[in-house]
Amino acid sequence: MSVTTVERAASVEPPARSQPSYLTSGNTIASWLLTRDHKRIALLFLASITFYFFIGGIAATLMRLNLATPQGLLQPAVYNRMFTMHGIIMVWFFLIPSIPTTFGNFFVPLMIGARDLAFPRVNLASWYVFNLSGLVVLYALIMGGADTGWTFYTPLSTVYANGYVFAAAMAVFINGFSSIMTSLNFIVTIHRMRAPGMTWMRLPLFVWAIYAVSIVMLTATPVLAMDTFLLAVERFIGVGLFDPNHGGDPLLWQHMFWFYSHPAVYIMILPAMGVVSELIPCFARRPIFGYSGMTIALMSLAILSFFVWAHHMFVAGISIYAGIVFSLMTFFVAVPSAIKVFNWTVSLHKGSIVFDAPMLYALGFVLLFTVGGVTGLMLATLAVDVDLHGTYFVIAHFHYIMVGATVSAFFGALHYWWPKITGRLYPEMWARFAAILTYVGFNLTFFPQFILGYLGMARRSYTYPAVWQSWNLLSSAGASILAVAYVLPLLYLGWSLFRGLKATANPWGATGLEWTISSPPPKHNFERTPVVVTEPYCYDPERHTFVTQEGVLHDE
Amino acid sequence: MTNSSSVAPEIQFANLEQQGDTAQLGIWVFLVNETIFFGALIFTYFVYRISYPQEFAAAAKDAVLWCGSVNLAILLTSSLTMVLAINAGAQGRRQEMVTLLIVTAALGCAFLLIKGYEYYLDFQDHVVPVVDFATKPGEGSAGELFWIFYWVATGLHAIHLMIGIALVLYMLLWRIRRGEIGSAYYAPLEVVGIYWSFVDVVWLFLYPCIYLVGRS
Repeated sequence: MSVTTVERAASVEPPARSQPSYLTSGNTIASWLLTRDHKRIALLFLASITFYFFIGGIAATLMRLNLATPQGLLQPAVYNRMFTMHGIIMVWFFLIPSIPTTFGNFFVPLMIGARDLAFPRVNLASWYVFNLSGLVVLYALIMGGADTGWTFYTPLSTVYANGYVFAAAMAVFINGFSSIMTSLNFIVTIHRMRAPGMTWMRLPLFVWAIYAVSIVMLTATPVLAMDTFLLAVERFIGVGLFDPNHGGDPLLWQHMFWFYSHPAVYIMILPAMGVVSELIPCFARRPIFGYSGMTIALMSLAILSFFVWAHHMFVAGISIYAGIVFSLMTFFVAVPSAIKVFNWTVSLHKGSIVFDAPMLYALGFVLLFTVGGVTGLMLATLAVDVDLHGTYFVIAHFHYIMVGATVSAFFGALHYWWPKITGRLYPEMWARFAAILTYVGFNLTFFPQFILGYLGMARRSYTYPAVWQSWNLLSSAGASILAVAYVLPLLYLGWSLFRGLKATANPWGATGLEWTISSPPPKHNFERTPVVVTEPYCYDPERHTFVTQEGVLHDE
Repeated sequence: MTNSSSVAPEIQFANLEQQGDTAQLGIWVFLVNETIFFGALIFTYFVYRISYPQEFAAAAKDAVLWCGSVNLAILLTSSLTMVLAINAGAQGRRQEMVTLLIVTAALGCAFLLIKGYEYYLDFQDHVVPVVDFATKPGEGSAGELFWIFYWVATGLHAIHLMIGIALVLYMLLWRIRRGEIGSAYYAPLEVVGIYWSFVDVVWLFLYPCIYLVGRS
């Protein structure tokens, strides 16, 4: 899709680069490690979370290897540590920071027409705090890991567990500060740093999603911080607020934990929704359907996420009336979620759809998110949950949301913005192959787990009756395909860094402000502050034209 | 007096006004987070206070009321001097601002000294969980929960106050000395002041929870 410019489109290629790109201005190690440039910090985060993604992936590989045979390969104690560390690392060291700290960091200022985030030093500090917490979790892992499950339920975690629970809990505690700093930066930036004309209802939906997720992060994380702090105190001194011997209530831990960790699911999914809302209009070449409905859905998801936490505790001994209320509230979540799915679907209608790799990932997201969402409603039903709680059905459900949906969107974003970030085009056919492989591998891995859960296979068990081996083997085989699909982009994207074709400023013909500047962007983004005159996603599928947010008309 | 014209806005801001505005919003957003952090702790306190009213009342009688009350007066006064310092800075009265900030920091230190003395009295009274704890009549096993809350809450508050004192000293020894705070631009001092008042407000909530409820 090459951009042939018409008379008004002279500004699509900046004529001569008056300042070097952010990648080439300063090449010392110090210029990277002490940078205040949001784009470089985004790349630092990208390196960190990719590392933890593969660490968590190794733990998952060992788990699936173990479950390939009914008697298992690993010692039961080792298996317990593997699924715990898989959960902790994937949740706090990949999924929660994944899209906000990388693409959010890189593109929120570009999309709103700002020269940087509001607090660049806080942004850099966030990366250092993240890595500090990463070192603590690696310490816990190398010393032998924790074996409480990622939920740290008391009194198992405070009294009975033998692993490095204190270190793991402190890692989560410290990690929270990184989340808080990042989200604070986004909220203030989006409020105060928008370019002239960039009104709230002209913000790209990705920015709205980052705003919604920042609010959830900012208000949920301190509860987890206090919760893990109290846990660490109790683990350290031996007496604490969750200790039943002194009248403490272990359920209180669960309430406070899920008060954070349910919204945490929305922390993972909201930015992914934002990414998909960018991809679908761009590759369907038509405006998003129901823009204002999408923004309202995002914000209602952010708010509703705080009123559903106890649906994780239906069988933990809460009252039946509380259960009914939380079940009902959980059903309410389906409304904005469904609005989003319908709007993405309708956005394809009468479009001129291009099946490039980012679009394949986006369509995969919508399908996997729908499966994950519908099975979520099944689990929200009180009577069904009594049967399915603690089975592989739950595992399959939340992996459809967190891995199927969020990681697909992460890879979609990575491909979509790769030309802008690096200035290079990736090999399209390899990318399409990886996108399809991800979808196939993912479904092969996790769909059998729905069936296993329905049959009654308990989660966190290192062994199972031999009759379930074929389903488990299918799941493990799918996991190996999924692993290939996740490693593949590392190879061809790495190749494209050196051998890929040079990218133009706007290779996809997209409308956002980030595409009006050169690829890769100059150090301070905009030489002059852009003026926004129109809403995002002004694509015209019939005339094959689009209008950027600065109001410049282009032919495709 | 102060030469604020030497302060240039950072690259991402159009002017100093936007920069100051943004800094203020930043601290308020941060305080939302802090409020929920302490809110979660006070929430756990109320959960147990409602579950074990007699035991908590019995345990709370051992809290040193005069220390808490004097500290409340000290912190409220320090917030007043802090606000007056910002006011003086905004109007360009540099000497007055410096004096008031020194008084503010000194009041903060006085709070910590009294708090330290109170901790010493607590030690004498055997109310330090695990280290030296003697269950008093009427408080049962839940009394220890009160004291865990007491140590965690006052400890976290003291850490916040120390950060506040450090910020005031940073203002005095670095930003003001370099002439970066004056009538044209005083947002950094205002941010520190908002944070300082927050630490004060936390004590306003902890004080009745620890020292007053159930004592009659």
